[in-house]
Amino acid sequence: MTARRKGVEVERRVQHKYIPATDAEREEMLRAIGVGSVEALFADIPEAVRLDRPLALPPALSDPELIAQLRALAQVNLDCDRATSFLGAGAYDHYVPSVVWHLAGRGEFLTAYTPYQAELMQGELQAGYEYQSMLCELTGMDVANASMYDGASATAEAAVMAKDLTKRPEVLVSTAVHPEYRQVTRTYVAPLGVQVTDVPYRNGVTDLNAVEAALSERTAAIIIQHPNFFGSLEDARALADLAHRAGALLICAIAEPLSLGILKPPGAWGADIVAGEGQPLGNNLNFGGPYLGMLATRMEFVRRIPGRLVGATVDTEGRRGFVLTLQTREQHIRREKASSNICTNEALLALAAAIYMATLGKQGLQRVAELNLRKAAYAKDAIGSIRGFEIAFDAPTFHEFVVRTPLEPDELNRRLLQHNILGGASLGRWYPELRDAWLLCVTEQRTREEIDRLVEVLEGIR
Amino acid sequence: MTVPGQRDFPVIFEFSTPGRVGSSFPAPDVPELALDALVPVEHLREEPAALPEVSELDVVRHYTRLSHRNFSIDEGFYPLGSCTMKYNPKIHEDVARLPGFSRLHPYTPPEQAQGALQLLWDLERLLAEISGMDRVTFQPAAGAHGELTGLLMIRAYFESRGERQRTKVVVPDSAHGTNPATAAMAGYQVITVKSDARGNMDVDALRAAMDDTVAAIMLTNPNTLGLFEERITEVEEIVHGSGAQMYMDGANFNAILGVTRPGDQGFDVMHFNLHKTFTTPHGGGGPGAGAVGVKSHLVPFLPVPVVERDGDGFRLDTDRPKSIGKIRAFYGNFGNLVRAYAYLRSMGSEGMRQIAETAVLNANYMLARLRSAFDRPYDRLCKHEFVLSGMRQKRQYGVTTKDIAKRILDYGFHAPTIYFPLIVDEAIMIEPTETESKRTMDEFIEALLTITREAKENPDLVRTAPHTTPVKRLDEVRAARQPDLRWRPKA
Repeated sequence: MTARRKGVEVERRVQHKYIPATDAEREEMLRAIGVGSVEALFADIPEAVRLDRPLALPPALSDPELIAQLRALAQVNLDCDRATSFLGAGAYDHYVPSVVWHLAGRGEFLTAYTPYQAELMQGELQAGYEYQSMLCELTGMDVANASMYDGASATAEAAVMAKDLTKRPEVLVSTAVHPEYRQVTRTYVAPLGVQVTDVPYRNGVTDLNAVEAALSERTAAIIIQHPNFFGSLEDARALADLAHRAGALLICAIAEPLSLGILKPPGAWGADIVAGEGQPLGNNLNFGGPYLGMLATRMEFVRRIPGRLVGATVDTEGRRGFVLTLQTREQHIRREKASSNICTNEALLALAAAIYMATLGKQGLQRVAELNLRKAAYAKDAIGSIRGFEIAFDAPTFHEFVVRTPLEPDELNRRLLQHNILGGASLGRWYPELRDAWLLCVTEQRTREEIDRLVEVLEGIR
Repeated sequence: MTVPGQRDFPVIFEFSTPGRVGSSFPAPDVPELALDALVPVEHLREEPAALPEVSELDVVRHYTRLSHRNFSIDEGFYPLGSCTMKYNPKIHEDVARLPGFSRLHPYTPPEQAQGALQLLWDLERLLAEISGMDRVTFQPAAGAHGELTGLLMIRAYFESRGERQRTKVVVPDSAHGTNPATAAMAGYQVITVKSDARGNMDVDALRAAMDDTVAAIMLTNPNTLGLFEERITEVEEIVHGSGAQMYMDGANFNAILGVTRPGDQGFDVMHFNLHKTFTTPHGGGGPGAGAVGVKSHLVPFLPVPVVERDGDGFRLDTDRPKSIGKIRAFYGNFGNLVRAYAYLRSMGSEGMRQIAETAVLNANYMLARLRSAFDRPYDRLCKHEFVLSGMRQKRQYGVTTKDIAKRILDYGFHAPTIYFPLIVDEAIMIEPTETESKRTMDEFIEALLTITREAKENPDLVRTAPHTTPVKRLDEVRAARQPDLRWRPKA
């Protein structure tokens, strides 16, 4: 159905709220262009590849219908507001102060692009600089980038970085590193001809003897996680020393940056690259994403770091200002010789992390880390004393620990669900030798009452 | 907004006062054992991390003021070519933050996360229909991440067929920088093919480049000049004729929604920038979401897990022996998938086509009104964006494209993309999107035409722009030569 007037054809259409052009304006614009119809603007698309039917999509929903539809989908999920969660394993339920998303969610930040016009974008550039600064304080490293996709891909990019820095063809990875981080690392480095060699754990921590035996002049880096996937603290300094003696780098993956509220920063024990997951710093669980990849290193390696870097400089009047810098590392300048292909990153989540770290501050971060440690220690002690349950490993832990269970962990979790408790991760899906092992996480969100309740239910199960 | 009497806008650390706090947490309800009773002392920090010590109001004011020193779609026109800066509906923020999504742990047993899995399943079906692809993965976190996923699948496909001699990837000279960077990351040698006089990929050059050592061609269609590859069917015959795969960079998908489908053009794999075409907010550089669609022959190579339907329920399938593995932890940027799903459901089929038609109409309107004021390297109707050249202004008045871009900021707009694509000197790339009104576009056009007059009459005004932004032109050379990448207290 078309209306023909003065040689310009405009199809009658339902006016959509996100598309402001009216039929009258369409006509005017077509006339300015000098074509007779919108159809004529698509004349360069060969007939053979045109779609000759409407897309088969469900009918458009109004806003109230849309909200109802999505609420219905959201409501069938057992989220951490509706159950008592002891799930961790790389995604952590922490309290997020209200200010974090009131500020990070402001449209001025949310609906901006990468700051290509620095003079206009000082807000997000400065926030990026503040985030980099805080991450350096937290990790004890010299320089942090403005964000990566997530902890797993940041770890993988750190491995690529180590290969480029050392020109060596092998990466050792502790099997006490998050299984998904290891998988992603393999995916990233395999096409580059880098061999990934697993190094076993022993009693819940990376086996130092195995590391020593595996290290050679071929080793670019060893990747460990600290606290590791089992929640245990690694003998990190000894591992760094071993790596350095072999001329290799030590990459420390961190899935729980809040632990650094009390733990010695990796920069202080010899880590060369810190890669990790910033979700616990003020970001939601989001069923696994968006999350925040963190990457920090020593200043001497800055020219091989992937991703955006914000630097301070001055304007023509000598005032401090911020720009994206050292861009000759990046894909839009260097193309196939870039340090990575990363372009879009997780800037908004880095902003949220900066706001979170500023809100908690020097005291708050330490305080919340201590709460995590103490509550988890309480739970570990109590669960370890239940007959039939046993703490699997001896190493000290932060807020996660592995329990040997009398029932298959999946079955245990099913029974806990009847009490509205989300139990821990079953380790058998990644570790065949740990089929009876259960990874529990206790954050500051859990109360003593909830922990006691878990213990009570477990006592009833045995 | 500068504070009177204070030259530099403060960094949050500069508000720090020892002892001040901005957060509250409950007192421990478990025994307060000494830390070193729980963790050996050699593991403990000697000093707390030197984070700022500020009040909650300090934080609120500081980041609110920073937000005022930013520019967003919410504030004004953002014609950043290739970035599709369209309106980001507010309702999407509400639905993405429903606790059933935002507070859902990724390792929640699938039986307790059926709503989330159904959303993934449904969104996959919608994108498959729109693109003409058979299956879609949501694991990649961004467009470039999707490119890597796609090329790794192509690599695994050829390995499974014993065609290991395919070591090259062909990209046009107009390609996004991520394309060659991705090809290198996927272990391929990059072959660049030039564009022809109409701004299409040069078909003869392509033919000459193709043989059985080429694994794939990466093409953006419409391309980065904002032009549809008119000879796409010939390109398809040449590429598939030599046994290679067709990869589509979906950055410009907005132009062709409901008009033509990449799957029908012969592409074997494509990525979607859900943060462009499907309007999930860019967040100042991310998070994005880079879904990847594939034709059936590549399905076995998709990253794990894949969402499958069993009867009325949904499950995560990890038992896929040919999979390339994982490209990211968990299942992708789920929060953005909720937003994209909401967008698709609110637009429907008719809405999809209106997006493309209006985006293309708007771009051609702006082009029609601006073309005589600038050089125009390929004089054709455009799709959703167009590229001008500032060579005339540079030659005649010594005013560069960068100067013009900086001057645009003074008029209350974001600048277009500049100096890209690389094959156009002094490039200015404008993409209005379908969500801008004619009035807004007219205001921008008038501003740009005024600037071209200023370039002639008062070139210094343009060369020293911007004049109204929170800071003046910044010294990028100094930033790179004397890197200052973190705040440190003044000694």
